Amino acid sequence: MVGIHLSAQVASWLVTSRNLYLAIHVLGIASFLYIVSRRLVPLVRAQCDPRFDRPVARLGRVWKYWLGQWKHPRYKFAGTLHILIFAGFILLALRAFSFLIVGVSPNFVMPGLSGEMGHVYDLATDYAATIVFLCMVIAVLRRLVFKPARYAVPARFGKSRTADAVFLLGLIAVLMVADSVYAASHAAKFAQQSQAVESLAYLSLPWVLQVAFRSMSLATLGGLIAGAYLAHEITFYFLLCYRPFGIQFHVETSLFSIYFAKLDRGTIKPVRWGVADENLDQVKSFGVKTFEDFTWKHILDFYSCADCGRCADNCPAYAVGRPLAPRFITTKARDYAFHHYPVLGKANNSKALIGTIYSEDEIWSCTTCGACEEECPLLVEYIDKIVDLRRGMIDDGNVPQSLQKPLKALESRGNPYGKMEKKRADWTKPVASQLNGNVPVLDGKNAADTLYFVDSITSYDDRMQSIGRATARILTQIGTNFGILGAAEKDSGHDVLRFGEETLFMALRDHNTEAIKESGVEKIVTADPHAFNALKHDYKNVPPVEHISQVLAREVKAGNIQFNRIDDSDKVYVYHDPCYLGRHNQVYEDPRHVLDAIPGLKRVEMQRSRDRSFCCGGGGLMLFYEPKEDQRMGVVRVKMAAEAGANVIVTACPFCMVNIEDAIKVAGMEGKMSVIDLTELADQQMIRDVCPRELETATAGG
Amino acid sequence: MEILVCARRVPDTSENEIALNAAGNDIERDELVYSINEADNYAVEEALQIRDRVGGNVTVVTVGSEEDEEILRRELAMGANQAALLSDEAFSGSDGKGLATILKDFVKKGRYDLILTGVQADDGAAQVGGMLAAMLDYPFASLVCSITVEGGKLRVGREIEGGNHEINEIDLPCVLSIQTGINEPRYVGMRGIRQVASVPIPTLGVSELGVDTATVGEVAARVKRVDYFVPAASRGAQMLSGTREENADRVLELVAARGGLK
Repeated sequence: MVGIHLSAQVASWLVTSRNLYLAIHVLGIASFLYIVSRRLVPLVRAQCDPRFDRPVARLGRVWKYWLGQWKHPRYKFAGTLHILIFAGFILLALRAFSFLIVGVSPNFVMPGLSGEMGHVYDLATDYAATIVFLCMVIAVLRRLVFKPARYAVPARFGKSRTADAVFLLGLIAVLMVADSVYAASHAAKFAQQSQAVESLAYLSLPWVLQVAFRSMSLATLGGLIAGAYLAHEITFYFLLCYRPFGIQFHVETSLFSIYFAKLDRGTIKPVRWGVADENLDQVKSFGVKTFEDFTWKHILDFYSCADCGRCADNCPAYAVGRPLAPRFITTKARDYAFHHYPVLGKANNSKALIGTIYSEDEIWSCTTCGACEEECPLLVEYIDKIVDLRRGMIDDGNVPQSLQKPLKALESRGNPYGKMEKKRADWTKPVASQLNGNVPVLDGKNAADTLYFVDSITSYDDRMQSIGRATARILTQIGTNFGILGAAEKDSGHDVLRFGEETLFMALRDHNTEAIKESGVEKIVTADPHAFNALKHDYKNVPPVEHISQVLAREVKAGNIQFNRIDDSDKVYVYHDPCYLGRHNQVYEDPRHVLDAIPGLKRVEMQRSRDRSFCCGGGGLMLFYEPKEDQRMGVVRVKMAAEAGANVIVTACPFCMVNIEDAIKVAGMEGKMSVIDLTELADQQMIRDVCPRELETATAGG
Repeated sequence: MEILVCARRVPDTSENEIALNAAGNDIERDELVYSINEADNYAVEEALQIRDRVGGNVTVVTVGSEEDEEILRRELAMGANQAALLSDEAFSGSDGKGLATILKDFVKKGRYDLILTGVQADDGAAQVGGMLAAMLDYPFASLVCSITVEGGKLRVGREIEGGNHEINEIDLPCVLSIQTGINEPRYVGMRGIRQVASVPIPTLGVSELGVDTATVGEVAARVKRVDYFVPAASRGAQMLSGTREENADRVLELVAARGGLK
């Protein structure tokens, strides 16, 4: 572009306007800094959150998710559009900066952008401006004409943000046009004056405009140059100062949001950062009750959300009509922040969030499946916020009646069903005879190097006990020296923690940690992804833990397990990824590998699989919660399986089993669809080297 | 308003497998877990809500032993202002009237405008509230499912047969037995209990209360449990096996055949 190399004539005009431009610069920058400083006020008042560690990992995140726009192509069209706009902005940043300086210092040339390099850059930015402009046109059309469903705002969550979005898109388009008009009128003017001029990028917006301006008088062109410059400058600063009031603040904040994003998958933030467990009793209030109870990073998340709706689009709670959508958790908090921490005027006193911007049901509706976090291009965190809000409600005694009984039972009996501790190992009885004696209980008399951590549902639920027995038979078959904790095992507390009952969780965790240590085992295996995640991420100082699917995959690869052929050619299998095995722990391939090792097994994939898996309805305490919803998540999931052409759903989680089994009945698909756990299928198909007949009977019985 | 709630610790029916002991005169009490009687918990919640609306204090009291202190601790964590444990060797073996006598003597030591009990204990006979009212010569309303304070009186809703409700006006001081479902009791976790761990709970016995030992305990009990059994499962259940539609038709037939459908 030619704008940077100004001729003397134009310079003289600019010199007279210099003071005006300077005034706009100063006013624009000062306003922006003031607004940003006001936006920082709640962050300063918020809770601490140590996010300044591991700079290399964080820069890696910036590289991948910010500069690399990694998540965007998950939505192909919108993603491509955003990548083009983002790349355009990155390219145009220098041009815009130079453009602003030129108003004050006409001969300014950005270092490194003189000569040939500068010409190449100018050509590139001509195209960038054109592409961004076209993207804006498309984006506005999408918002106004095509209206993708995920942009809609149901009345219960607030007002539509379409007008704001279109306004902002329009401003960017104006910016691009002003830039192009400026460049084009310059080039046209130089051409008329027969001055040497760098060519504009062929077919770019400036080029097209230049062709249109060719026959204009010099005076008109001069006016256009000044007008375009002024329009650009005013629009630029208006946008800069307007963005912190809406969804485009992410232009400024996304870099920080991504740099400071949570690095540890599957974990839950502590009640208060920097307060050790033993000092928690001194903490007056738990969780988030008022806005300032959020951490500064969580408030930064609220600012950064671009309201793209991808989280809600993937949220199973939202899909079944529960009163929750992650997107609105954020936008309601942002509206709260803007209202209570105004740019002009005093910050208001903080009020309770529950009952004002959030409802209790909204916060209890989340299954912590993590689909929202997986999808968010800006790595906005939701689970920690939900858990913190639940901690606040628990602390105030504000807990649905349906959850109080299981919580109480967990406290007194160590399981949510209120069953007797001494019956925790009863599930082993039917298999005992086939397991060369027994499933040993590691109570000091017996020792083993592997602990099978069973957890409550598999221990006590009649149907899920079959998963326990299948797991025990598999471990026996591959020659694992293992045992269980029996009555000494309590619930892993995985979902107690995620339901915000921190103190109860700590009691369960400490009890189990002690019991595991006393057992003297070197590793832990579990068939319950919730227990797996708890032992892996929520517990400290316990031996390494594996999910049974990982063990199975390894043994299959090593040739230690072989499967009988599945002869029923009508059966089509589909694997359902449990959230706490898949998304939270990235175990996607192992279960599939095991399935594919079964000869004759026909397997299809659901559209929503792996990291886009659709939650079955949630585990742990979620089984006791009575949500307000239009339909069950499990029913939606079962229909997805049918759509994929499957008639057997394989899962690897007892909670998925409960939900899917119920859903098959609710959907009236009994006989057309069935569900089996990976361990049950593997156990059923495994070629055994000892007494195959006897074991078959045992399997049928189990 | 000064409110007293009489509560009791009972084996939690949802968390125990109730079985008879070898002698057949009681349930097997080893390995039982206990909690506050459910209806009593609703009574405490109601007391707290009334206090939060009109001011005053909530006291929770129980007759029992040291072990029963845990429910008082839980109710303190819920928000009760104070608690008292009425415990004495002489109290053991009391029947309903004996318990009411002990509570009456406790009430006379203080000044309470409103006394609440649960509608009945899981292992009880729904009699203490009424007897206590009679001994104190206070008005009594049972099965209360709503309370509004109006000046020196209360308007209480009662559930009557058929799911209907009636509203009664009752003078203070009075005794009310509270129905479950009157409110949604707040949750108390381990953290809440730990926070009130150091709140003193006085233990009051015969001498502190001035109880006449001839009126309480086993000696005064005129109702004694002589047997305890699990009813034998009755016959006559008929299991239907078939599709849902077939079963539905069959049920209609059976009900009609026995005169259930006209």
